[in-house]
Amino acid sequence: MAQADATRSARRNGHEPDAPVDLREPSPGGSPSRLANRAWRELAGLVQRRIPRADLDERDPDFIREQLPLLWLLSSIWFRGEVRGLGNIPDEGPVLLVGNHSGGNMIPDTMVFTVAFSTYFGVERAFYQLAHNLVLSIPGLSWLRRFGTVAASPDNARKALSAGAALLVYPGGDYEVHRPSWEGNRVDFGGRTGFLRLALEQDVPIVPVVAIGGQETALFLTRGERLARLLALDRVLRLKVLPISLALPWIVNVGDFGHIPLPAKITVETLPAIDVRAEFGPSPDIDEVYDHLVRVMQDALDALAAERRFPVIG
Amino acid sequence: MRVSADIAVAAPIESVWSIVADPERVLGFMSGVTRWEVVGDLSAGLGARYRMLFRIGAAEVGGLIEVVEFSEPFEFAWTSVTGLDQRGRWRLREVKGGRTRVELRLAYGVAGAGISGWIAERIAAPSVSRHAQQSLRQLGRIVEQEQLRARAAQRRAAGAAG
Repeated sequence: MAQADATRSARRNGHEPDAPVDLREPSPGGSPSRLANRAWRELAGLVQRRIPRADLDERDPDFIREQLPLLWLLSSIWFRGEVRGLGNIPDEGPVLLVGNHSGGNMIPDTMVFTVAFSTYFGVERAFYQLAHNLVLSIPGLSWLRRFGTVAASPDNARKALSAGAALLVYPGGDYEVHRPSWEGNRVDFGGRTGFLRLALEQDVPIVPVVAIGGQETALFLTRGERLARLLALDRVLRLKVLPISLALPWIVNVGDFGHIPLPAKITVETLPAIDVRAEFGPSPDIDEVYDHLVRVMQDALDALAAERRFPVIG
Repeated sequence: MRVSADIAVAAPIESVWSIVADPERVLGFMSGVTRWEVVGDLSAGLGARYRMLFRIGAAEVGGLIEVVEFSEPFEFAWTSVTGLDQRGRWRLREVKGGRTRVELRLAYGVAGAGISGWIAERIAAPSVSRHAQQSLRQLGRIVEQEQLRARAAQRRAAGAAG
C-alpha cells in the first residue's frame, strides 16, 4: 500500500523511478538492523508523499515581485552579486538555462541569478527552476514553489518548456553543489547528459549560466559519498551525498540542512545561447555536445576565477 | 521613494527637449540605464512604450514603461507597465539668460513588499540619486557642447559668406 502511494506520488510529479524504493512491510519483530531498515523505508515513504504535486500554476508572479526587495538586499549587500550577459538569453520563448551549481543547500548562486532574471525580464516572464525532491519536501520551503521551483524530473522539465518558459537546470545537482571548496572553480556535471536530450527533444536553445563564489560561502570538505551509501541515502532519498563542511553556526555541518553562508562575492555570467542542431547537425552526438558545453563553461569559469583576487572578498 | 535632482543648462529649452525626448539618445546621457528600446510602432510622444533597464545594486531593474505626459518642451513623464513600480519625469523650464532649468524625478517602489521593500528603497536611494545627478551633468554637457558646435558652425558659415 505504502509503495503504491509512493509510486503514485512519484509518477504524479513526473518521476519514473529507475529503481523503485522497496517499501514492502517487513515481517514483524526482527533484529535492530531490520528495524533500522524499516525506519528508513518509512522515511522514504514520508519523503515521497511530501513531494508536492508538480503544478506550474503554483508560480506566483505577485509573490515574487513582493519578495524581490528582500532578495535584492541579500543579493546586493550580502553577496555583492554581479550578473552579466543577461542579454544573451532570448527575449522570449522557451530556453534551457544550464548552470554550474555552488554553495551547498543555501543556493546563493540561484538566488542572485533569480533576482537578476526577474528584474531584467520582469516577473511576468515564466521562469522555473528544477530542484532536488528532498528540497521540495522539507517543511517550511513551500514558498519555493511560488518562485517556480518544481521537482527535478524530465516530465516537469518538458511541461515547463512546452509552456514556453525559461527553465533553469543544474545537471551537477547535489553532486556538484557539495564539491569541496578547493574544487570550487571546476564545472562538474558528473557526466549527466539528460538535459541535452531534453533540449534536443524540445528543440530549445541552451544558455550556459556560469557562477563563481558559491563554494566560498562555507568550507566544503567532502561530499560524503561513502557515508551516503553506508546510510543507504542514495536508495532511500535519492541522495548521492551526505556533505560535511565547516559552516556557521554549526561549525561542523553534516548533511547541510541549512547554514549561514559567508558573504562571498557571487558573480554570474550568462554566455551566448547554443542552438545544438544548428551547431552540431540534425543528429548531434550527445557526448560531443556535452564536452563542448562543459569546456565553454569551464573557460568562462576560469576567466571569472582569474578576476578574483581573494577568497570570499572576491 | 522619490529622488530628484536639477541643473541649469546654458541652452534654450528646445535644445534640451530635443535630446531628452529622443529615445535614441537616452543611453548617451542617462547614467545607470542599460536599455531603452522602443516597443511598438510609436517611437516618441504620448503613449510611446519603451523597454528600459536601470542597474541598481546586483540587478538591472525595469520593465515596460509608457509615456503618460508629453508636453513639448516642458514635461516628459513615464510610468511602468510591467516590472517594478516606477515613475519618472523630466521637467524643463526657461530661466533668465536663455538658460534652461532641468529637473529629473525618479520614483520607485514595490507595493506589498513590506518592511524589506521600505529598507530596500532607502538603501537604493543614494545610488539612484547619484545616477540622477550624473544623468543631468551628462545631459548638460551634451547640450552645451552641441550649442558650442552650432555657434562655431554659424561663425564659420558667416566667415565664409563674408
